[in-house]
Amino acid sequence: MNFTDTPEFAEQRRAFLRHTGLSLAALGASGPLQVLAQNSNTLTIAYNVSLPSWDPTVGPSAVNPTIQALYKAVLSQYIDQNADLSLKPDLLTKWGWNADRSKISMTVRKNAKWHDGSKVTAEDVAWSLIRAGDPKTGNPIQFVWGKVTNVKAEGDTVTADVKEFEPAFFKWMAFLTGYVLPKAYYEKVGKEGFEKKPVGSGPYMVEEFVAGSHMKLKAFADYFGGKPAFETVIVKFVTDPSARIAEIESGRSDMTMEIPFEEYDRLKAKGFSGTNAPVTDIGMIFLTSLGPMLDVRVRKALAMSINKKALTEKLLKGAAQPIDTLQAPSYAAYDPSTKVAYDVAKATDLMKQAGFTKENPLRFKVQTTRGFKPKDFEVMQAVVGMWKNIGVEAELEVYEIAKHYELRAQHKLAPAAFYNWGNAIGDPSTSTGFAMFTHSPHSAWKTKEVDDLIGPLWGEKDEAKRIAGYKKVDKYIAENACVIPLFQYNQTVVFRKGLNAAPHGAGFVLPQTVKKA
Amino acid sequence: MNPLVYLKRVLIAIPTLLGVGLVVFVLMRVVPGDPIAMMIAPGASPQDIQNMRALYGLDKSIAQQFVIWLGEVLQGRFGTSITFRQDVLTLIGERLPATLELGGVAMLLAVLLGGAAGLWSAARDGGWVSNLIDALVAVIQSIPDFLWGLMLMLLFGVLLPWLPISGRLDPGLSQQAGTGFLLIDSLIHARTELVKSLLLYMLAPALSLALPVAAMLARLLKASMQEAMSSDYVMLARLKGMSTRHVLLVEALPNAVTPTLSLSAVQFAFILGGTVLIERLFSYPGIGSLAIDAVIGRDLPLIQAIVLTFALLFIAINIAVDVLVVFLNPRLRASQTA
Repeated sequence: MNFTDTPEFAEQRRAFLRHTGLSLAALGASGPLQVLAQNSNTLTIAYNVSLPSWDPTVGPSAVNPTIQALYKAVLSQYIDQNADLSLKPDLLTKWGWNADRSKISMTVRKNAKWHDGSKVTAEDVAWSLIRAGDPKTGNPIQFVWGKVTNVKAEGDTVTADVKEFEPAFFKWMAFLTGYVLPKAYYEKVGKEGFEKKPVGSGPYMVEEFVAGSHMKLKAFADYFGGKPAFETVIVKFVTDPSARIAEIESGRSDMTMEIPFEEYDRLKAKGFSGTNAPVTDIGMIFLTSLGPMLDVRVRKALAMSINKKALTEKLLKGAAQPIDTLQAPSYAAYDPSTKVAYDVAKATDLMKQAGFTKENPLRFKVQTTRGFKPKDFEVMQAVVGMWKNIGVEAELEVYEIAKHYELRAQHKLAPAAFYNWGNAIGDPSTSTGFAMFTHSPHSAWKTKEVDDLIGPLWGEKDEAKRIAGYKKVDKYIAENACVIPLFQYNQTVVFRKGLNAAPHGAGFVLPQTVKKA
Repeated sequence: MNPLVYLKRVLIAIPTLLGVGLVVFVLMRVVPGDPIAMMIAPGASPQDIQNMRALYGLDKSIAQQFVIWLGEVLQGRFGTSITFRQDVLTLIGERLPATLELGGVAMLLAVLLGGAAGLWSAARDGGWVSNLIDALVAVIQSIPDFLWGLMLMLLFGVLLPWLPISGRLDPGLSQQAGTGFLLIDSLIHARTELVKSLLLYMLAPALSLALPVAAMLARLLKASMQEAMSSDYVMLARLKGMSTRHVLLVEALPNAVTPTLSLSAVQFAFILGGTVLIERLFSYPGIGSLAIDAVIGRDLPLIQAIVLTFALLFIAINIAVDVLVVFLNPRLRASQTA
C-alpha cells in the first residue's frame, strides 16, 4: 500500500490544506490590498514610464518628453503651456525681448514658495538659467540657454543679454529642461541630496519616492496656483501595457495611459471613462539623402503611394490623423493648403520614368522600431506592401531606438526609416527646422536646397515672417518629398468613473489637472 | 572539506570576473546604440556633442576607457549612472536585496511545490494520480515564466483580484530604513503588516519564477526516488516490515534528494536571471528591472556593474553548490579530505 493511501496521510493532507487556506485567507483579509483607487482624496495613476532622476535639466531624463508631466507635478517651469500649446505664466508672469532683440527681461511671480517654505526669488530663476547655459553641467539643451549671457536678478526682475537671437527661446522655457530649481537648497544638499529629497515649487511635494516602483505626492498647501483636487497622488511606474490594463481594470489604479487602442475601446465599453485626443507626436518616414532617394521621382512616388487614411483608420483604429507636413494642426506653422495626394497611378508612372517596375523593382532597406510606438512595425509592413504595388521591393529591418539615434547622428540610416517626432511646443524650428537642416544631428535629409530655405529662419526676428518662411519650407519639402510625414498620434488615457481629466495637447497627463467629476 | 579547494575556486573567480568585465565593456561600446546620441538635442552642434562625450568620458579610445574604468573599479568605484545620476554601487545596493528576496521566496516555493509533486508522484507511481502529476508537470515546465506572470496577473490580479500586480509594497505603508531586505527587516522588527504586504506583492512574481523550476525539480526528484525505491536497502527495509511512509521518507528520500538539491541551487541562478523579465512585468523594483532600464538607456557604467553583479552571484552560487554537494555526499567529502 502506498503511504498516500493511508488514513494518516489523508489527515495530514487535510490539515495542510486547512492551514494554508487559512493563511492565504488571513493574508487576503488583512488589508494590504485596500483599493487606494477608491479613496476620494487619493488619485492613483499607473504611469507608463519610470522616473530615473529628479534633476530635469541633466541626462537622458531631461530630453524624455514622457517624463515631463511627472516633473511638472513637482517642479515649476519658467513658463507653462495651456492644453492648446499656447504659453501661460508659471514662475514667470511676464517675459519678452527689447525692441532690437538684444536683451530679454522676465518678471518673477511674487507669491511662489518652495516646498521647504522659503520664497521663490528672481535669484533662483537667474541661477537656474545660468546653470542651464553652463556646458559643464551637461544640460542637453545648453545650446539654447547658452544663447543669453550676463544674467542678472534685481528685485523681481531677471534680465540677460542676447548673445545669439533664438526666436523660440521663451517657448523652450516651457519645454525640455526649462525648470527652475531652488538655488539655496540645491547648493546646500548637492546633486545627490536633491535626488534623495527633491524640493520644487509645483502643486505637489514628494512624500516618498521608490525608484522603479512608485512615488507618493502630497498636495502643496502654499502652491501659487491653488490646491489641486486630490490631497495625495500615487504614481505607480508600470512600464508593461498589460500590467497597466490590469491595474485599471482591477481598480487598483484610477487612471492609466498609453494602452493599445483595442484595449481602450474595450475598457470604454466596460464603463471606464477616457480621452483619445491628438498630441504633439507624429509618425514619419525619414528619407536619407543618399542612393535611390536622390531621385525626386522615386521620392515622390513613395510618398504618393501611401494610403495614410487606411493606415490611420484600419491599423490605428482612428487614433491618428493623416498629415502631409511635419506640422500638425495645433502647431504654429501648420498650413492646411500643403497637401500630398494619394495617387497610386501617378506614383507607378513616376517609378516607371525612374526605370523601375513591378518586374524590375527598386530594392532598398527600410528600418523601423517594433513596439516603440503603437503599431510601428505593422504600419511599416503595410507601407512596404503599398510600395510593392508601384515597383518597390523594400526589405524591412527592425532595430532598437538606440540604434536609430546612433545611425541618424552618423547619417547612416537606411534610405527610409520610420520614426516618431515629438514637438510639445509646436514651433516649426523644433520640427521642420531640426528634422531637415543639415547641421542638426537629428536630420536625415541633408541638401543645400532645403538648408538655403531654413538657414535664414533660425535668427529671423520678425515672427510672422519666420512662420511664413517655415510654411514655405514645408511646401517645398512636400512637393519634393524630402521626408514622408504619415500621421499625428492620439494619446489614450483611461480613468475610472467619477474622474474628469481633460487631454493636454502636449500629451502631459498632469495629476494636478485631474478633477472629481 | 578542504578549504584550499574553495580558496582556489575563489581565486579562479577573479580572472573570470575580469574576463566578463572586459567582454561586456567592449561589447557595449561596439554594438550600435550610443548613449550620447540618445540624449543630444536636435540643435546641438558638433562641439556640444563633443563636450557631452567628454563629460561622460566617452571621448577616449575603448582601450583608454577600459584602463580608466578598471583602475576605478579596483578602487571600488563603479562610476555614476548616466540615467539615474547616482553612484552605480549605491543603486545596485538599493535594488539587489529586493531581487534576492524575490529569488529566495521563488526558490522556496519551487522546492516546496516541486518537492511535494515529485514525492507524491513517486509515492503513487503508476497510478492515475502519478500520471496526472506528470502531465501537469510537463505542461507547467513547457510554459515560460513571463507567460506564467501574465496568466497569474490576469487570474489573480483581474478576474479574482486577490493579489497586487505591481510594486513591492503597498504605497500606503511606509518602508523603514534598514538593510534593503525589507522582508527580513520587517520580520526582525515584527512589522506584521509589512510582512503581509511584502508577501502578497511577492506572491505572483515569485510563483511565475517558481513554477517552471518546480516542475523541473519534481521530475528529477521523482526519477531519483524511483531509483532509490528499487535499491537493495529499500527492499531490505520493506522486508523488515517498515511502513511505506518510513520507507519513503526515511530510507529513500535522504539518498534521492542529493541531485535534486544540487539542481535546486543551480536553478537559483536561473531564477535570478528570470527576474529581469518578471520584475519588469510586475514593476518590482529589483536589479532585474534596473538592468532593463540600463540597457534601454544605454547606461554603460550601470550595465557593466549589473553584469558583474550577476556574474559574481553566479560564481558564488556555483561555489555554494559545490560545498553543498560535498557536504551531502560522504564519498566526495572523504576524497577531498584524503
